[in-house]
Amino acid sequence: MKNNKDISRRSFLKTVGAGTAAASLVIAGCAPKKKAAPEDAPASDSPIPTDKMTMRQNPKTGEKVSLLGYGCMRWPTLPDDDQTLDQDMINRLVDKALKHGVNYFDTSPAYCKGRSEEATGIALSRHPRDSYFIATKLSNFAPETWSREASVKMYNDSLRYLKTDHIDYLLLHGVGMGDDGMETLHARYLDNGVLDFLLAEREAGRIRNLGFSYHGDVKVFDWLLENHDKYKWDFVQIQLNYLDWKHASEINPRNTNAEYLYGELEKRGIPAVIMEPLLGGRLSKVNDHVLARLKEREPERSVASWAFRFAGSHPGVLTVLSGMTYMEHLEDNLRSFCPLKPLTAEENEFLYRTADLMMQYPTVPCNDCKYCMPCPYGLDIPGVLMHYNKCVNEGNVPEGNQDAEWRRARRAYLVSLDRAVAPERQADRCVGCRKCVEHCPQGIDIPAEMQRISDVTERLRQNA
Amino acid sequence: MVKRLIILLIKVRKNLIMLRKIRITLALLFWAAVTLLFLDFTGTIHAWLGWTAKIQFLPALFSLNLGVLVLLLALTLVFGRVYCSVICPLGVLQDMFGRLGRLGRKHRNRYSYSPAISWLRYTMIGIFALAAILGIGSVVALLAPYSSYGRIVSNLFAPVYDWINNIFAYFAERAESYTFYRKEVWIRNIPTFVIAAVTFVAVAVLAWRNGRTYCNTVCPVGTFLGFLAKYSWFKPVIDTSKCVDCGLCGRRCKAACINSKAHEIDYSRCVACFDCLENCSQHAIKYIHPRKSMTMAPNDALVVEGMKEAEPAVAGASQNQVKEAAPDKGRRGFLTGVVAVTAAATLGAQEKKVDGGLAAIVDKKVPRRKTPIVPPGALSLDNLRDRCTGCQLCVSVCPNGVLRPSSDPEHLMQPECSYERGHCRPECTKCSEVCPAGAIREISREEKSSVKIGRAVWVKENCLVTTDGVECGNCARHCPSGAILMVPSVPGDENSPKIPAVNDERCIGCGACEHLCPARPFSAIYVEGIERHKTI
Repeated sequence: MKNNKDISRRSFLKTVGAGTAAASLVIAGCAPKKKAAPEDAPASDSPIPTDKMTMRQNPKTGEKVSLLGYGCMRWPTLPDDDQTLDQDMINRLVDKALKHGVNYFDTSPAYCKGRSEEATGIALSRHPRDSYFIATKLSNFAPETWSREASVKMYNDSLRYLKTDHIDYLLLHGVGMGDDGMETLHARYLDNGVLDFLLAEREAGRIRNLGFSYHGDVKVFDWLLENHDKYKWDFVQIQLNYLDWKHASEINPRNTNAEYLYGELEKRGIPAVIMEPLLGGRLSKVNDHVLARLKEREPERSVASWAFRFAGSHPGVLTVLSGMTYMEHLEDNLRSFCPLKPLTAEENEFLYRTADLMMQYPTVPCNDCKYCMPCPYGLDIPGVLMHYNKCVNEGNVPEGNQDAEWRRARRAYLVSLDRAVAPERQADRCVGCRKCVEHCPQGIDIPAEMQRISDVTERLRQNA
Repeated sequence: MVKRLIILLIKVRKNLIMLRKIRITLALLFWAAVTLLFLDFTGTIHAWLGWTAKIQFLPALFSLNLGVLVLLLALTLVFGRVYCSVICPLGVLQDMFGRLGRLGRKHRNRYSYSPAISWLRYTMIGIFALAAILGIGSVVALLAPYSSYGRIVSNLFAPVYDWINNIFAYFAERAESYTFYRKEVWIRNIPTFVIAAVTFVAVAVLAWRNGRTYCNTVCPVGTFLGFLAKYSWFKPVIDTSKCVDCGLCGRRCKAACINSKAHEIDYSRCVACFDCLENCSQHAIKYIHPRKSMTMAPNDALVVEGMKEAEPAVAGASQNQVKEAAPDKGRRGFLTGVVAVTAAATLGAQEKKVDGGLAAIVDKKVPRRKTPIVPPGALSLDNLRDRCTGCQLCVSVCPNGVLRPSSDPEHLMQPECSYERGHCRPECTKCSEVCPAGAIREISREEKSSVKIGRAVWVKENCLVTTDGVECGNCARHCPSGAILMVPSVPGDENSPKIPAVNDERCIGCGACEHLCPARPFSAIYVEGIERHKTI
């Protein structure tokens, strides 16, 4: 952002000549806002075109939505302070995304410990309101927010944080979660009149598209679609990727294969917004075996590009969300979508077989969404699971001390564990209170996994 | 072999080889070895160099290591107090400071003869002997030279070493290398830290100004070996026929034991450093077995030449400077370390909107234990108290943050266990491997699993069942000996939240339950020590 400002100030002075310092400063301050797309030169080494983004049409409004949507759940924090979002970097990411045609930004009051909407709002409001679409959610997960007043307040806060008077895409957040999905749906949206309120807001034009994001109990998904005639869902957000296409229910019986979910939406002509196309990085951070397999086919494309091409190749998909924390993520994804090269039938088959292969690795299906946090007993749940998955993929979870790799793997596992997670936040601290379980969109039995990982760790520590 | 030894002895007798250089080389090797023992927190160096701690005089005495004792006594009876100038790390450290004090031409020969302060020496060794007999471990630990050195290294040098390690670990982490890992730096016990710092400053200042004052006034080992050294076979002898009475020897003697005017050397204080041999321009001092027939020729007042003779290069000089700078940095750094730790603790609390990051965690506090816990292999509180010299080697090497020096006056500086940072892990027997004094006997992994060092006690009011109404069972899950059962909190009601019940017959007191208990700052289950360890 600073660079942009400097450049625009400099170019301004060039054109105007030596104007008075005061005048130049005032105008320079406004300059980035006024220019629709900042005209600073694209990074010289970047071959990414700015006009090749694959777009999809919203059947209701006819508006063109970029096939790559920006997920605002994983905004970067300051390098030396992981509590504070790095607004400068966020601004630069948003500027770059907009410049390359990304126009769908998906946030929630729950993301980034509640700071995502504000940061997203700051970054986006520097651009004309009609140059992007905002998607946010009514994230009334906590029972304290189940009342109509609290939920409406959450919605109004969203408008305020996002510095707007209307939401382009509003979602009921994570329906299907909770011990009993239908019961939770009733408590959060139906019985308290919140859904009626949202329908009225759509009527009033302050919500342009209304939809829901779904995880977990398929009864809720089916019920909501059965009532499509009543609610007229404008879009639905589902988890879709080449692993979940056929294996979701195998990974966890609570979950439903994406093949079914997408099929139901396509039948009704409801556009699908895709979340977790990369499974929180699990489809980019793959084990060497899978990596070699993918790279052999496309040595110059990233591992992640396969996952995006898979999600984007489905014609009923409106946009594919990706939470891009770093510039290199954004650039890599832009390369995948500018324009999207759809998968051939053969390539699709190839990915299904890759998914079968991945299923053989006993990783925990955690996508690092952090909904389980904070653990009341201080555990770093996603930290533990991500570390464990990394070790599984890198072959650092040896079977027993007869294993030829035991010594090396043991050291790698234990040293990297203490680096990744503070000792007092590791798996052996789990008391099994199960408060986290209902929050996990992937339906992971977290306490059971914690105890299993604790046992694995203890075995390695005991060197036996 | 024997032939070679005889040749060597003849060479030594004729002073054909440079005794002083040999002494300095060996001293530095020993010193570095012992220092590394205290610095290496991984315990790997111990397999190679552990013997350098075990040949220290007091540890050998307390562990009744007769072989070593006989060897050391024989060594002293043959060569004089070479133990003090070569093997004792505190002695070598003093030489380093002495060397710094003699930097520059002006200060090169700055010492002077002074009569022995016998009353102080005998008082000190008397106090020490009494304390050892009465089992006042703290006094023994305070006076033992090797232990003093161990405390200095583990309290003042080790933090610097660890920080340097942590710098490597920082880069290793970024390079995805597992060669280095982070070592937490913390003050284990403030009294011990203060004693170490005071000892260090006192010894350094004394050595800087007057050489081996500490060794010849305070040190009980020095005094004891001094008795023997009087009768040693080899000793430096002034050849009065050659002596020109220049007094250089006396002014160079760090033990202040050469009365050059009288041509007398106090062999009880001489540490066999051989400095005088090299400093004598007339080569009038020889390290030999004195013969009665030696002449005491009158000395002519010759102008002494060679006073400005270049001093042989001393290998230790550069190391001296480094070591001198380090401890001060260490102390200052400690404070910044402490500040950083407290800052991190307060940072924990954070606002939470909907989903959140990490919950704040309160640091655990040490529970008030009626009986201290001592590590497996210590046999009993009495055994540890009677034998431990407080050198901190076990504390330095404990990988679990369990051992720390005691503050209890009776056990001051001797190790005790506490489980805030870790527990006494089943696979670890490090402290028993390294103890040179027989205070912690060597114990196998299998033996350890059946040695009871304490017993777990449940504290109802801290338990999660009481405070949060949540059933937990983390203590039972992690008990390595299966000594904890979960039983209903309401008798007869199987559905009531379960609370831990400790089977005293199985509990070994390892502290896994206490360490992993979620209750903070005081655990809901803690270990109470027992006087005498048992095998279960």
